[in-house]
Amino acid sequence: MLIARRRPAVSPWVRWMPFELLVAMRYLREGRMQSVLILAGVTGGVAVIIFLTQLINQLQAAIIDRAMGSQAHVIIRPLEEVAQRVVTPDAEQAVAAVIQPREQRLRSVDQWERVAALASRTPGVLAVSPIVGGPVFASRGSSNRSVVLMGVQPDAYRRVVRMDDFMTQGRFDVSGTRTLIGIDLARDLGVTVGDKLRVTSADARSEVLDIAGLFDMGNRDLNRRWVFVTLKLARNLLDLPGGVSSIDLTVTELFAADRVADNLRAQTSLTVDSWMQTNSGLLNALANQSVSNNLIRSFVMLIVALGISSVLVVSVVQKQREIGILRAMGAGRRRIMAIFLLQGGLVGLVGSALGIALAYLLLVVFSRIFKSPDGSPLFAAQLEPVLVLQAAVIACGVGLLAAVIPARRAARMDPVQAIRA
Amino acid sequence: MTEPPTRALSPILRLVDIHKSYNIGTPVQTEVLHGISLALEAAEFVALKGPSGSGKSTLLNVIGLLERPTSGLLEIAGRQTEALDDTSITALRGATIGFVFQFHHLLPAFTAVENVLLPSVIAHGTATPQALAMAGELLARVGLKGSEYKRPGELSGGMQQRVAIARALSLRPSLILADEPTGNLDTVTADEIFALLREFNHDHGSACLIVTHDARLAARCDRILELVDGRLVDS
Repeated sequence: MLIARRRPAVSPWVRWMPFELLVAMRYLREGRMQSVLILAGVTGGVAVIIFLTQLINQLQAAIIDRAMGSQAHVIIRPLEEVAQRVVTPDAEQAVAAVIQPREQRLRSVDQWERVAALASRTPGVLAVSPIVGGPVFASRGSSNRSVVLMGVQPDAYRRVVRMDDFMTQGRFDVSGTRTLIGIDLARDLGVTVGDKLRVTSADARSEVLDIAGLFDMGNRDLNRRWVFVTLKLARNLLDLPGGVSSIDLTVTELFAADRVADNLRAQTSLTVDSWMQTNSGLLNALANQSVSNNLIRSFVMLIVALGISSVLVVSVVQKQREIGILRAMGAGRRRIMAIFLLQGGLVGLVGSALGIALAYLLLVVFSRIFKSPDGSPLFAAQLEPVLVLQAAVIACGVGLLAAVIPARRAARMDPVQAIRA
Repeated sequence: MTEPPTRALSPILRLVDIHKSYNIGTPVQTEVLHGISLALEAAEFVALKGPSGSGKSTLLNVIGLLERPTSGLLEIAGRQTEALDDTSITALRGATIGFVFQFHHLLPAFTAVENVLLPSVIAHGTATPQALAMAGELLARVGLKGSEYKRPGELSGGMQQRVAIARALSLRPSLILADEPTGNLDTVTADEIFALLREFNHDHGSACLIVTHDARLAARCDRILELVDGRLVDS
């Protein structure tokens, strides 16, 4: 042999590595094909879990963001009017009654300034915007449309709904008779910025408005219906002097909206709805999606664990003679067990590192493939540190757990039987 | 050569009426060892021979603390073993006994010198500098200088058995148990291996119990024990 392939007689690891870790690593290295296969399994599993979770989290966030873009998180309204019964029913005497629900008039939130002040003091509330909203007709020439007149304070309202992002022409600002309408209403009526528009309320109050801007909220219905004017103008047209029909709130934490609403309801005894109540269908769908995601994650972990287990069981059988020798040389059962547990743990550790890298790669690739209609990526290729840490810890745990059965089997092996085999 | 008197007084190994049965409590219960009593002095070099199936391996396993006797008294290096638990037995085995098996039983994933190091790594947790020096020295002694980095698969049968002997000696055991260490070697190599064992026995005072079929080698031992059907016979 001219060129001897010299490896160091004693690998540097041997000098400081504990016996169990040394043997575990050497076994993993020796069973190259098996190790590569289980490592691939763990890598794939971790990558799928991280990729899927990241994808679903981001898509859910995008859906919520889209849904919440045009609505307030919490809305305070006056109490609904109910018909009071003249005769209160008692147990002794049955009373037959037909109760007709009362018609709901447009009314003001009682003492709305105090309620608004209270809301803005409530912890978790980011912005408060009083609204005067009600139905009117918008007409130009012979065409008319039924619309919702939205009297707002622009500075307050833009903190509740990101109107500045939706403006296609002009700024989000109203004053005097200046108005802002949606692009679809503008098309329906054949008007544009600079044109005039007549609005007429149900009791025939009327005003001519100057169109100062157009908006597109990404929702055709809202683009057809909403007509923004000043609070004052809306109050005049809707006959709500000094009042507001609702108070819209933005909260700092989206999923705390329910708590904020409960808090305010208790303090004001008004009708307080959070987006979570009005969008319960959406929330339900998102929750179901999360459940199926968890289900997939659990199954992936289970399959990865089974893979690790089966490979290690085979490894224990293959190595039973060596296990016997190690036992004869003075290695106790616990140390034999540790060798195989460590193999599982190491596979989990290395597999999770590779899996995180693979997940990131998948996110980068798919974020370039999947685009939303406007061409922007549907989700960003980013990894949440918490999720990454979670996946790594779970992978190591699964590796260790999967190794328990093979490790116990190895530890129980009788040295004499093992050597003879 | 004169032995220090204390050594002669305390046998390294003492067996009193050792019985070993298998499948106890079943219809096929078989007794393999029928009351073995023997003693080995420190630094004694003893051959154990006997026909196949006479119980040689079982006796060696019992002495090596790999199997527990069904009854009888076993004392190694002055310690009674009956009452010891598994952990203590393992520790005692690691500290006092070195094994040389017929089929070397080296770990294929480790180099020659790493194999020699393993017993001390097991005993101390990691490889100490002393153990490293010792392993190199032992391999040189068995004539494997320059092959330290080779894996067992790259060594000949005789070389593998030399590594196994170096491994058995790495913790300077007071008792070496060799189960047909030359069984699958040619006569020249067998002679060399035997000479090596004898040399270590002489230099370190380790007692040796060697199972062998080879009458020629047995004749070169201090004493010959013969096992027939689970009983020691005088020879």
